[in-house]
Amino acid sequence: MMPQLVIYPLIVQMLLAIVLMFVWSKISWQRTISIVGSILNLGIAVWLFSSVWQHGSHTVQAGNWQPPFGITFVADTFAATMVLLTAIAGVAVSSFSAGSVIPARLKFGFFPIFHFLLLGLNGAFLTGDIFNLYVWFEIIIITSFVLLTIGGEKAQLEGAVKYFTLNILASIIFLTAIAVLYGLTGSLNMADLAAKVAAVENRTLVQVNALLFLVGFGIKSAVFPLYFWLPASYHTPPSAVSAIFGGLLTKVGVYALMRVFTLIFDVDPFLENVLLAVAVLTLFSGAVGAIVQKNIRKIFSYLVICHIGYMIAGLGMMTEIAIAGAVFYLIHDITVKTNLFMMSGVIYKIKANHNIKKLGDFYADYPKMSLLFAIPLFSLVGIPPLSGFWPKLSLISAGWTTENYMVIGGIIFASFVTLFVIVKLWGEVFWKTGEKLPETRNFPYFKKLTKMKKTQMMAPIIFLSIVSLYLGFGAENIQALSERIAFELMDNQEYINAVLRK
Amino acid sequence: MKTIILRTASNYMLPLLLIFSVFILLRGHYLPGGGFVGGLIASIAFVLHAFANGLGDTRKLLHFHPGFLMPTGLALSFLSGVSPLIFTGEPFMTGLWYPEHLPIVGNLGSALFFDIGVYLVVQGVTLTIIFTISEST
Repeated sequence: MMPQLVIYPLIVQMLLAIVLMFVWSKISWQRTISIVGSILNLGIAVWLFSSVWQHGSHTVQAGNWQPPFGITFVADTFAATMVLLTAIAGVAVSSFSAGSVIPARLKFGFFPIFHFLLLGLNGAFLTGDIFNLYVWFEIIIITSFVLLTIGGEKAQLEGAVKYFTLNILASIIFLTAIAVLYGLTGSLNMADLAAKVAAVENRTLVQVNALLFLVGFGIKSAVFPLYFWLPASYHTPPSAVSAIFGGLLTKVGVYALMRVFTLIFDVDPFLENVLLAVAVLTLFSGAVGAIVQKNIRKIFSYLVICHIGYMIAGLGMMTEIAIAGAVFYLIHDITVKTNLFMMSGVIYKIKANHNIKKLGDFYADYPKMSLLFAIPLFSLVGIPPLSGFWPKLSLISAGWTTENYMVIGGIIFASFVTLFVIVKLWGEVFWKTGEKLPETRNFPYFKKLTKMKKTQMMAPIIFLSIVSLYLGFGAENIQALSERIAFELMDNQEYINAVLRK
Repeated sequence: MKTIILRTASNYMLPLLLIFSVFILLRGHYLPGGGFVGGLIASIAFVLHAFANGLGDTRKLLHFHPGFLMPTGLALSFLSGVSPLIFTGEPFMTGLWYPEHLPIVGNLGSALFFDIGVYLVVQGVTLTIIFTISEST
């Protein structure tokens, strides 16, 4: 066991980004370095995960300053799992970008920024200091803003303005909340805060502060009243960018919510009701939004919002089985959403269109590819052996025991609407006899690409589909993992001891 | 703004400001100053030169694209952060200090290289932004 292992995922991403900046204009080098580096990072993430699984939480004090003064990096099971998932999605999207993003965009530093984004994600998952968490969120916002605007198309800029305004607002609220918290307790270390917040006498201010955190992270994770930035921006950048955004960005918000509300704040009945109401409304509004959309990527964007509701519902119910369900859903959602956006990218490369009314014939032209795409689509719906089914089972059973029938209703409604939307999509895009689309000139059609590029685009989809299948068929292992994470989150003493062990 | 006064002055200001920026950089460990401010002052030196003599002359003076300073500086800061991991096995970003007291410089530690890295990055970013903006108008 190596205690320094916690910091390695950050170091690898940082190193990759710097190396990629040195070869700024050599695109073919960048592609190779990015893919090889991402695979290396995946190896390290697996190493970290297996080490944490066997030996329990690892911590590192940056700069060797002792807690609660220094910045702590903590890898408990939850953080290690998230880093592993980031690495999996990172490998997939890195390869997919190498195949699909056009050179004009790559020339403006796509890959260095992409690895800075992964650095920010890894940092947000591993940090044990609330202010440091804010800094990682800033890195995520700035890099995602660049990725969103690279290429400078009008639609991209329009989406980016909405994205940036609301996310910077969320950051300000988050920062204010941190300031209040620091004023109340004089500490920023999350493990230290856990003890100090409980001892604060001014409970009203603590509750208001908890709500501030809820709003800040709520905007970032796109929950019910605050999600408008997401469908306005996620369909504008290249599919590779949408894939990493849809897969990971909103999930960082969910991760932070889970962390803050299990570790620092006690969820009182009022907050519980707020969380549950928000969850049900998110499930409802995301589902309804997905029904009316015609653009494939907009449909997926609304489904991203809709499915955030499941995780918030799990958090709101605050029992071990509910949190386990939410964590399982998080694991499932990251793999599937990344895959779906990459899939939409392949469809776009083949047909040069995103409108499901105009698409068609996919099954007749590409039967094998269609069967492959069926895996993420039906995993998302949660047809029983596939991965989406198991977490909903946990969530619904938790709903019965805590007598939250509205939540059960919301979950079932959202599942049915997802089924309806996916079946409609399948019928329109894959089975229908489509109209003949005019050839767009100078468009890099899939059939014109080299074999290398085709492999780079298809391999990550196959890879993530296999991961999805494993999540479904090996659900027993994932359930065990989720239950262990839920146990650690509910009983935060282990986390606190790991950080403040001196 | 190609006036003779500004042009003559800028010839003297450039080295002066650069020396001053290095002074600010080194001063910054315990006193106000440091890599960020030092980098800004150094870029002001070049911006002033560009005002007086035109962008082309400043580019010639620099010999390379200022954007190149960004990865160089980042790499330097990164190495200073990683060095405790490599040499002593202590956590990331632990300050390493050379045990002897050096003349003029004082105590030498890895924090200095971190700050020099910041100095270079700030200069690279500022000059790239300003050069790009003034080229496009």
